[in-house]
Amino acid sequence: MTSAEKSRTSRIAPSLLIKGGHLIDPAARIDAPMDVLLKNGHVAEVAAPNKIKGNADRKFDARGLIVAPGFIDLHVHLREPGQTHKETIATGTAAAAAGGFTSVCTMPNTLPVVDSVEWVEWLRQPERAAVVNVFAIAAATRHSKGIALTDFRALQSAGAIAVSDDGRPILDDDIMREALTLGGELNFPVVQHAEDTRMTENCSMHAGVRSFRLGLRGMTAAAEASVVERDVQLALRVPNARLHVAHVSTADALKAVRRAKRAKARVTAEVTPHHFTLTDEDMRDYDSNFKMNPPLRSASDLEAILAAIADGTLDAIVTDHAPHATQEKQVEFERAAFGITGLETALALAVTRLHRDKRIPLARIVELFTAGPARCFDLRGRGSLVRESIADVTLFDPKKKWTFEAVKSLSKSKNTPFDGWQLTGKVVATIVAGKIVYAV
Amino acid sequence: MNPVPGSLLGIEHLDAAEILKLLQLSRRMDPAKPKPLLKGKRVLLLFYEPSTRTRSSFEIAAKTLGAYTVLIQSTGSSIEKGESLLDTGYTVRAVGADIIVIRHPCAGAPHLMAQHVDIPIINAGDGFHEHPSQALLDAYTILRNKKSFKGLQVAIVGDIFHSRVARSACLLLSKFGVKIVLCGPPELLPDIASTLAPGVHVTRHMEDALRGADVVMLLRVQKERLAGLNIDVPEYIARYQMNPARLKLAKKDAILMHPGPIIRGLELTSEVADGAQARILEEVRNGVPTRMAILARAMGRTR
Repeated sequence: MTSAEKSRTSRIAPSLLIKGGHLIDPAARIDAPMDVLLKNGHVAEVAAPNKIKGNADRKFDARGLIVAPGFIDLHVHLREPGQTHKETIATGTAAAAAGGFTSVCTMPNTLPVVDSVEWVEWLRQPERAAVVNVFAIAAATRHSKGIALTDFRALQSAGAIAVSDDGRPILDDDIMREALTLGGELNFPVVQHAEDTRMTENCSMHAGVRSFRLGLRGMTAAAEASVVERDVQLALRVPNARLHVAHVSTADALKAVRRAKRAKARVTAEVTPHHFTLTDEDMRDYDSNFKMNPPLRSASDLEAILAAIADGTLDAIVTDHAPHATQEKQVEFERAAFGITGLETALALAVTRLHRDKRIPLARIVELFTAGPARCFDLRGRGSLVRESIADVTLFDPKKKWTFEAVKSLSKSKNTPFDGWQLTGKVVATIVAGKIVYAV
Repeated sequence: MNPVPGSLLGIEHLDAAEILKLLQLSRRMDPAKPKPLLKGKRVLLLFYEPSTRTRSSFEIAAKTLGAYTVLIQSTGSSIEKGESLLDTGYTVRAVGADIIVIRHPCAGAPHLMAQHVDIPIINAGDGFHEHPSQALLDAYTILRNKKSFKGLQVAIVGDIFHSRVARSACLLLSKFGVKIVLCGPPELLPDIASTLAPGVHVTRHMEDALRGADVVMLLRVQKERLAGLNIDVPEYIARYQMNPARLKLAKKDAILMHPGPIIRGLELTSEVADGAQARILEEVRNGVPTRMAILARAMGRTR
């Protein structure tokens, strides 16, 4: 339990009855009208409509809404410590709550790099004023330099839920093997941002027809796929290794993940809403809000992602929420920082693009936001609303049409390509440990 | 904000009629007969990269039209102190610029400027993206040597990948149905180049590119942009250097063009550079009336 959680539950949230909603809890195989009673920060009862007896301190009218386990984002950049001009834990988690996320896993590429027990603990102190649960992903190597492993055991004991050198991928075979070996011994996932950076120097978008026309150096699909293939090979050989492939963006990388899963390797993978929504053709006028890493890929990569979402190759939808200040984005495209914000648009993009447009069932989408990510990082008591699980709940209206306005974002930064987009599906309330932390 | 009308960011979004209008206007411009179309206007030349031809011809074009010019280069200005592109743009606007002519090593830099600064922005070359004034002066040169674009075949030989000249030329000539054959080694000419515009083909063999060509355009191997690419120079010379024997493969009346700077002994021999078919200096000369037309259009003085 995080210290933020302790302080929250010790305040004993009033009991809350969520009534009249449609519960989707993929881990419990429930997709039906159900009432949910939350008590003492946990789920006390789940029952058919009007079957829960006794009084609750408060009631939440969930008619017309989907009631889901609290969403979990395995990949965010909250920018603390050190880059508070982009985001703070307080502002980032406020945006997370508005996006329906009750738990976020924050990446260690901060200033300094979160590679020590001290910084993992610092992230979880109440002074950070987190609105939702924050889980630390610690650096896999010291200073994320790819030379010497960090102290996995100590980091794990301090509460880190995975390790990663996100953005500075581990290219050295020996170091990656060591990381997977130690991770395997500790049942600790190693998260890899798959990019052979030797092949992507000075590149600012996907290598293809469009990058050629725009005169921009392109990152090839092979620069991603080759690293995933290498990692998968290692994961197949190292006993108990747990590999989590971050933000998969190419068809070839997905093939490698699919192969690994068939071979029963402990490999999981995540995808971002922008990679299932946009392609490299969507960037106009060198708009750096379309610049992120991995870059927007080709239409055939997007098709492969949709197939992998449907067939179970992908385990989680993550935002890779990467806030940057205006002065870091409003510059020459090649010099602009990589990354976009995403916490407040993720669910709506999933409902709009995957459910409304592609007919992927809502239950599958909810799974990718809940049970799927909870399994990837073993977040016990989360990702499901079975009795006695933690009372993290997300309520959303799957039919609500709305327009996303970047200026109204709770994130400190506004670097999003989705400003002004008309979307379907909106978060209505977010409940963390039984307490409503966001409501429309 | 949309770019101010009169801006010239690239060839891609100009239609054939607009291009023809600009070429007609260029024909009416005579550097020997100054016209005060831009009298009292201030043209800011913002050069983030070295340039001889483009800079001097924009400057002469502006002055021939009666404008003042101010040259700002990245060295010796606040750019060196870390001022951002947009802040430099806002600053020169505040100083009283009426037009900004910008040359920049990053693709899209003029586009960023045009989205935020409310005066016409002229792209004088952005990274390896576009070089519209060069494409226009080359089209102008072609039309002075050939009756029309109709049925023409143009070979472009060399480092296409790093060439903004090649991109703009392909986009422009394609709009007039010209057949374009690009030729070079895969490192400098990826197959994907054929997707640049309709009518663009890729070959690795000089013979294929030159046979039937009315215009042969050579490009410099841009050592400053190779970034780690190792080009085998003797091999390049053996396969792609233009010499008198190879030039004979093209049509008898073919013209030889090169945007400069030329490197004698690399992409071409001195014999062809100084030969009867070469139009390299004519291109430079034609840069002035073409850029006069571009500047006049920027201020809406196209009568």
